[in-house]
Amino acid sequence: MNAFQQFFFDLSADHPRWNFIFFYDPVQTDRVLTGLWVTVKLSVTCVILSVVIGLIGAWLQGARSRLVRSLVQGYIQFFRNTPPLIQLLFFYFALGQFTPTYSPDGWLEIPIISNVGWAIISLSFFAGAFNVEIFRAGIEAIPESTREAAESLGMSRLQTFTNVVFPLAFRVSLPALNNNLVNLVKTTTQALAIAVPELLYQMVSIYNDYSTAQYACMVVLFLVYIVLVGILVMAMNSWERAARIPGYGQ
Amino acid sequence: MSTDNWTPDQPLVSLREVHKSFGDLEVLKGISLDVMKGEVICIIGPSGSGKSTLIRCINALNPINSGSILVEGQEVHDPALNKLELRKKVGMVFQQYNLFPHKTALQNVMMAPLKVLKQPREEVEKRSLELMARVNLQGKEDSYPGELSGGQQQRVAIARSLAMNPDVMLFDEVTAALDPETVKEVLTVIRDLAQSGMTCILVTHEMGFAREVADHIYFTDRGVIVEHGPPATFFTEARDPRTQEFLSQIL
Repeated sequence: MNAFQQFFFDLSADHPRWNFIFFYDPVQTDRVLTGLWVTVKLSVTCVILSVVIGLIGAWLQGARSRLVRSLVQGYIQFFRNTPPLIQLLFFYFALGQFTPTYSPDGWLEIPIISNVGWAIISLSFFAGAFNVEIFRAGIEAIPESTREAAESLGMSRLQTFTNVVFPLAFRVSLPALNNNLVNLVKTTTQALAIAVPELLYQMVSIYNDYSTAQYACMVVLFLVYIVLVGILVMAMNSWERAARIPGYGQ
Repeated sequence: MSTDNWTPDQPLVSLREVHKSFGDLEVLKGISLDVMKGEVICIIGPSGSGKSTLIRCINALNPINSGSILVEGQEVHDPALNKLELRKKVGMVFQQYNLFPHKTALQNVMMAPLKVLKQPREEVEKRSLELMARVNLQGKEDSYPGELSGGQQQRVAIARSLAMNPDVMLFDEVTAALDPETVKEVLTVIRDLAQSGMTCILVTHEMGFAREVADHIYFTDRGVIVEHGPPATFFTEARDPRTQEFLSQIL
């Protein structure tokens, strides 16, 4: 044991309620690191997918077809107005029943979408519903007169959107998007309910095995999420700064 | 109806009995006027008389209810109209400049030729730099609209329209949002443009300027052309009482 491990080992001996077991027991350290890695992968994947869903949804909301617009609206209402935890449970347990399975050894039946897969799908669609609304608000903030100027220069609707409306709308959307992505990263902990081995799941497993580690696990959970979300917020803020237009909106 | 039949001795822009309503409100009640190539016309009149609507109809930003608008012989009021073809011929400058705020002045000027006409970048850049010089904005190429004064922004907007090489320019109260000192710099640019032979249709409240540059002045009130004539006679020999009243308030 090195000095660091020794310190926490002694701490747990002197104060049994503060057993930071993962700082001196390599097996538990592995569980925490695995959980952290799954959380990071889950967060990054869901952030990217939810932004893509948001963009596609905002684009479809401007569609001519009423059917398409009401489908997007229905999607938003469903995912925005129901709790993400119930969405996760529903996707995994209800929809999971109907997904095809494959059998690598001719005996076990493994569904093609794993619990991690369902977590990615349901969390991305959950955050994506908010992103659609965020991008739509950004698009609506661009004055009609700016659009008219582009059209009077001969630009088509698509050219006007890609060259003028979207670059401006995206900047307007960034602060709200920032908020929603922070929420999404925190919501990934709910994947615990369908046994996705992310950080909270690992921590709960650890303190189920070692009940003296409960407080220590919670403290570390707080710290990890403060750091993780802090990194996301810093990245988003520097993106906002980089996208700032001199003399515009100040 | 097609462009093929049009010859330069015919009006470049020709309006016949144009009617336009917004809901129950009829803003244009049968407007007819002709603009020849190289001519500069000014449309004046009290607020709400339909002046802006009138020129917005000419480049199909607003549809009309009935009548006919021909630009180089092509009917604008035609559902099958190719708006791109129309807008290549008709440039428009707005009261509020409407520049693209996320692009520099030069990028604003270059955008349409690059994206719409798909011209090669080098050529577009060379021409855009010339246009920036023409509107007296050398050195401001890399400034963003938010860093420019109203008068400078409006001159970028004029250069942006000219970059499409239009045959006729529409100016919709382009100095109305400017403070008096910067009005002059914009009017200087428009005067040069008019004197270089560009066909111009201006909606304006600048009577002194209208008198100086216009070949023909139209006075509109409540959706009709009340009176029109060359500036020499229009300002001194107005016959209609409405024109007289308007002019007495303004001059």
